[in-house]
Amino acid sequence: MNHDSYPDSYIRGILNTVKTVAMVGFSPKENRPSYFAFKYLLERGYRVIPVNPGQAGKEVLGQKIYAKLSDIPDPIDMVDVFRGSEHVLPIVQEALTLQPKPQVIWMQLTVRNDEAARLAEEAGMKVVMNRCPKIEYGRLSTEISWIGVNSRTLSSKRAQMYGKGVQRMSLGPKEETKDKN
Amino acid sequence: MADADRIPGFATLSIHAGAKPDPTTGARATPIYQTTSFVFDDVEHAASLFGLQAFGNIYTRIGNPTCAVLEERVAALEGGTAGLAVASGHAAQVIVMHALMMPGDEFVASKKLYGGSINQFNHSYKNFGWNVVWADPDDISTFEKAITPKTKCIFIESIANPGGIVTDIEAIGNIARKAGVPLIVDNTLATPYLCKPIDYGADVVVHSLTKFLGGHGNSIGGLIVDAGSFNWSRDKKYPMLCEPRPEYSGMVLHETFGNFAFAIACRVLGLRDLGPALSPFNAFLILTGIETLPLRMQRHCDNALAVAEWLSKRPEIAWVSYPGLPGNKYNTLAAKYAPKGAGAVFTFGLKGGYDAGVKLVSNVKLFSHLANIGDTRSLIIHPASTTHKQLSDAQKVQAGAGPDVVRLSIGLEDKEDIIADLEEALTA
Repeated sequence: MNHDSYPDSYIRGILNTVKTVAMVGFSPKENRPSYFAFKYLLERGYRVIPVNPGQAGKEVLGQKIYAKLSDIPDPIDMVDVFRGSEHVLPIVQEALTLQPKPQVIWMQLTVRNDEAARLAEEAGMKVVMNRCPKIEYGRLSTEISWIGVNSRTLSSKRAQMYGKGVQRMSLGPKEETKDKN
Repeated sequence: MADADRIPGFATLSIHAGAKPDPTTGARATPIYQTTSFVFDDVEHAASLFGLQAFGNIYTRIGNPTCAVLEERVAALEGGTAGLAVASGHAAQVIVMHALMMPGDEFVASKKLYGGSINQFNHSYKNFGWNVVWADPDDISTFEKAITPKTKCIFIESIANPGGIVTDIEAIGNIARKAGVPLIVDNTLATPYLCKPIDYGADVVVHSLTKFLGGHGNSIGGLIVDAGSFNWSRDKKYPMLCEPRPEYSGMVLHETFGNFAFAIACRVLGLRDLGPALSPFNAFLILTGIETLPLRMQRHCDNALAVAEWLSKRPEIAWVSYPGLPGNKYNTLAAKYAPKGAGAVFTFGLKGGYDAGVKLVSNVKLFSHLANIGDTRSLIIHPASTTHKQLSDAQKVQAGAGPDVVRLSIGLEDKEDIIADLEEALTA
């Protein structure tokens, strides 16, 4: 995978497939980017499990915080990393020991570790680096267009509403949006 | 997915970017959402929107779905990450500077600018403590010399109004990068059809949509495009972007919004608090104009070249400043930055001086004597007595608006009729 530029179909495929996301480096502070992404993904129907050793045992928006990935009792589809690039490798190594193994390692905006990515890809996982799942969901669902962001998508089909309220959009079927990035 | 990596062409983007069918009604043209406000789904949704935790609409001063289509359209045409529509080109400049400057800060600006911008920078900005330092685009080293530790950005026009001046964007962009400050480019006269400043190092592009983008002389509007290229956090020089904002309970915009944080800062700190929002109706008219931008812009340029060539052979004319003419001082830069055409606004000098200028604008019948540019209609003005009147004589000459100067904005009429009107007025 070229990690400088992902096809929309790759990102859409991941966001349409994963259901349970473990968020490593989660902050319970409401003004932190990880809290934004956590809350947003929960609202879009994902199960999001916060991971932070300093907050373990507490609950945020009804979700229990775990100290580390291997403490989570349920299967995880995707690990979303909100840690500095230098901390990613051991997180991937820990993810590789999980049974079943997660399908996706996702590193947040500004986070990139090519060695960790290679390790995960060699184990058959999909990897996304330097992206935010909230922004990508918003972009591919067209919600982000409401704040003037260039979604880099064109379509002559209606965007699909999420079905809960009027200001929430869903990713819709895969062929809805023509990729162009 | 054979087309997965295909980027649509300019004409396709001009029509489609940002404008999917309306999700609730299926309306194919962009609806005019002429409403001040938008209902919240529930209390929690409202809290998320106000906290910038959800994407959505609150109040038209902060964002509106019709305006949002315009924002995405222009951002896509410029190759940027995001846009922000505002009430005018002047408002766009104020909002950009508000996101970058603190009292006592400086910015370096080309002294060859639209007269209204020169006024705004010289006078209005003084009240905010934002200090302009002028540099000469004909001597690039003056930009480098003007940089001080207080410099927060460099501001230029790609093709400068009124005199058909093409600015060396790439060279000035290199100076900005070296200084660690963003390059702001006003791309009003070129439009992204002729020139995309982001390709040459612009970090922010501003527009008066009033001109060629809207193109029909019916709506005032402005737009800011974030290139997504500048690292706002590196030198900790831009507190609006890299420091916790008290307006949003300590949120840091750059770390939260990444490569479109500047557009968000302009929206949620500038537009929200200063208030120059664009009317959704104006956004609709401008969007309709943009759909034909590539067709119009090429015709504007082709007509302008024909008129400039004709004028340059007339005995009444001392000089013609159109960068599309061979031998023009800016012809090489025009070939690099605007190869499809050098725009449709240019100046020329009348041998008869001030009086001949007044006579010409009085005698034309097809050209309209008014202060705008970038209309379907051909327009004429005598800058010394109008747009540049408030400048000193020295500044007028510096800005290319001396007493003998007449400015034309060539429209989309038949070029034979445009030339016939000028010929009749010149010989009357």
